[in-house]
Amino acid sequence: MADPTLQDYKNDVPNAWCPGCGNFGILQVLQKALVTLGLPPERVLLCSGIGQAPKIVHYLNCNAFDGLHGREVASAQAAKIVADDLTVIIHSGDGGAYGEGGNHFLHAMRRNVDVTHVVHDNHIYGLTKGQASPTTDQGQKVAVHPDGVAALPMNPLALAISQSCPFVAQSLSSQADHLLDVLCQAIRHPGFSYVNVLQPCVSWDPVHTYAYYQKHCYRLDTSHDPTDQAAALAVALAHDGRIPLGVLYRNDRPALRPVSEPGVGDLRECPDRPARLARVFDRYR
Amino acid sequence: MGKRKGVESSIALADSAAMCRIEAIAAYPITPQTHIVEHLSEWVNDGHLEAEFVPVESEHSAMSAALGMSAVGARTFTATSSQGLALMHEILFIAPAMRLPVVMAVANRSLSGPISIWNDHSDIMTDRDIGWVQIFAENGQECFDLVPACFRVAEDKRVVLPTILNFDGFVVSHMIEPIEFWTQEQFDAYLPPFDPQIKLDVRKPVAMGAVGIPEIYYEARLAQQNALLNAKAVVVEAFAELEKMVGRKYNLVETYKADDADAILYLMGSLSETAMTAVDNLRKQGKKVGLVRPRLWRPFPTEELVAAFGNVPVVGVCDRALAFGHEHHMVAQEIRALFYDAPHRPKLVEFVIGLGGRDVTIGDMEHILNRLLEVKNGAPVGPVEYVGVRK
Repeated sequence: MADPTLQDYKNDVPNAWCPGCGNFGILQVLQKALVTLGLPPERVLLCSGIGQAPKIVHYLNCNAFDGLHGREVASAQAAKIVADDLTVIIHSGDGGAYGEGGNHFLHAMRRNVDVTHVVHDNHIYGLTKGQASPTTDQGQKVAVHPDGVAALPMNPLALAISQSCPFVAQSLSSQADHLLDVLCQAIRHPGFSYVNVLQPCVSWDPVHTYAYYQKHCYRLDTSHDPTDQAAALAVALAHDGRIPLGVLYRNDRPALRPVSEPGVGDLRECPDRPARLARVFDRYR
Repeated sequence: MGKRKGVESSIALADSAAMCRIEAIAAYPITPQTHIVEHLSEWVNDGHLEAEFVPVESEHSAMSAALGMSAVGARTFTATSSQGLALMHEILFIAPAMRLPVVMAVANRSLSGPISIWNDHSDIMTDRDIGWVQIFAENGQECFDLVPACFRVAEDKRVVLPTILNFDGFVVSHMIEPIEFWTQEQFDAYLPPFDPQIKLDVRKPVAMGAVGIPEIYYEARLAQQNALLNAKAVVVEAFAELEKMVGRKYNLVETYKADDADAILYLMGSLSETAMTAVDNLRKQGKKVGLVRPRLWRPFPTEELVAAFGNVPVVGVCDRALAFGHEHHMVAQEIRALFYDAPHRPKLVEFVIGLGGRDVTIGDMEHILNRLLEVKNGAPVGPVEYVGVRK
């Protein structure tokens, strides 16, 4: 079979994002990453929920499972457990990943199924037009918080590192070369990999603009050791006004094994599937 | 007569809630409800409303937070729609069980999947039997008027049950209408301050949410059922006092040209206004058709509905959600059950309309009404008709 090309991943679904949305950069880079990794569309499953970010699964040609707000993380892990031949990538917004689906995110890190979770973090609820998300800055004035958000923003990178999430990275939607490299590393990582992709919302967030990120972001260099959990946590908790881009932390914790067992093969083809599935689930009780 | 303002129904509904002097608001955005909680946040921020505004991370948390605030004795309001209501589902049952009189506005919207943000009644039909008082508003004025009525019923010591105000998403929520506002004095005269029967209070500790062992669970559930059924009389009172206050008459069951009708159409929500125009058009042709709609949906106004239908030979029923796996959908099931014990049993013709925001025109309504007259003249009833669906 010929190597996949960008053309294989293109479709003609009309795009509903605002002109200038950071999601466009992520979509382009995702397609490039899948081609770079030589993954044909039929072997790729994109899982998403509700929001502007999750719409991404409609805009490229491959398998898609668009469920409900935040729940995509659970569905994706389950799909991968049963169908190990799929490369499973989750696309959530900051609302779905850290708010409505926050519990799923926590437990995905514990469980360590070999899927990649890409969070499009625009610090705002874009779909419902500009309310605070779990990562909106404290004091930022947005709809529903006209006097400024009272709560502290979540620090998802520090959270993930503290939970020994197997792969923790951050990138920026407008730095295509960096995002491509990080996404490829994340997808290749044999276990749960998590990438927080910062992206400006040009319609509802006048604070976190392209210029803002250009000014505040810096790339981690070779002096950073991503296997050093304490150092990674220190970077995530720096509070120095600078935003790190790159792989902050990784470990080689073995991923949860797929349910296909020696001699059984693909469970989808297995005649006594319910009994075998029950045995598999029993292992994790 | 109060001042009339051209205002979006959601904004008027939020203004009405604020003028009820709500003390606590739990909020999570979901289309098409979001404008309500956004507008309430402005009331609070501008210092015009002394209330705790609690933005949360999901609707599951919104309803849980609402119960917490109500439990400590605050007049509590929230709003949601569709998947938000569905995500609240397990908590919705706790509110009436703990007798916490939260009021919630539900902008009725379809449920996924496929993903849809548009109007139908899938959300509320799924949460029909949650034990809340449920009232329907058909336009912006009714949204404004009925919020204080909801609080009055919910907090009445003969009721003490949470109450939902249903109204159609987008079709009503986003419509700008001339709405007559009450004065703050009218609100205060109509709705006394919340005086909870019990609350969490350091001076008089109570435990809410105790386990219902088999020796007590049955009785507790039945007590809840009786409380809800008994709420009907209180709703009648609340509507009568509302009429005295502002001159608009609300009934448990609303009728339109039904008294002498040869055929009556039963439907819920804002499409009744489209149906009224269709009734008027057919009446001009000498065709005697009319409408019946429930204003109060829970407790179900059985006697009032039987009286409203009278001896009409044909009744049409419009469903705006599907009861998957059943050949009769939810509203039709209720009306079929209504007539089982009724002294007169008309022919029933069933329709499904407007799923997922599919437009329902005056022409569609005229078609439905004409169909009822054909049945009256001897045509067979036939199976449920899915009006407006592409073949």
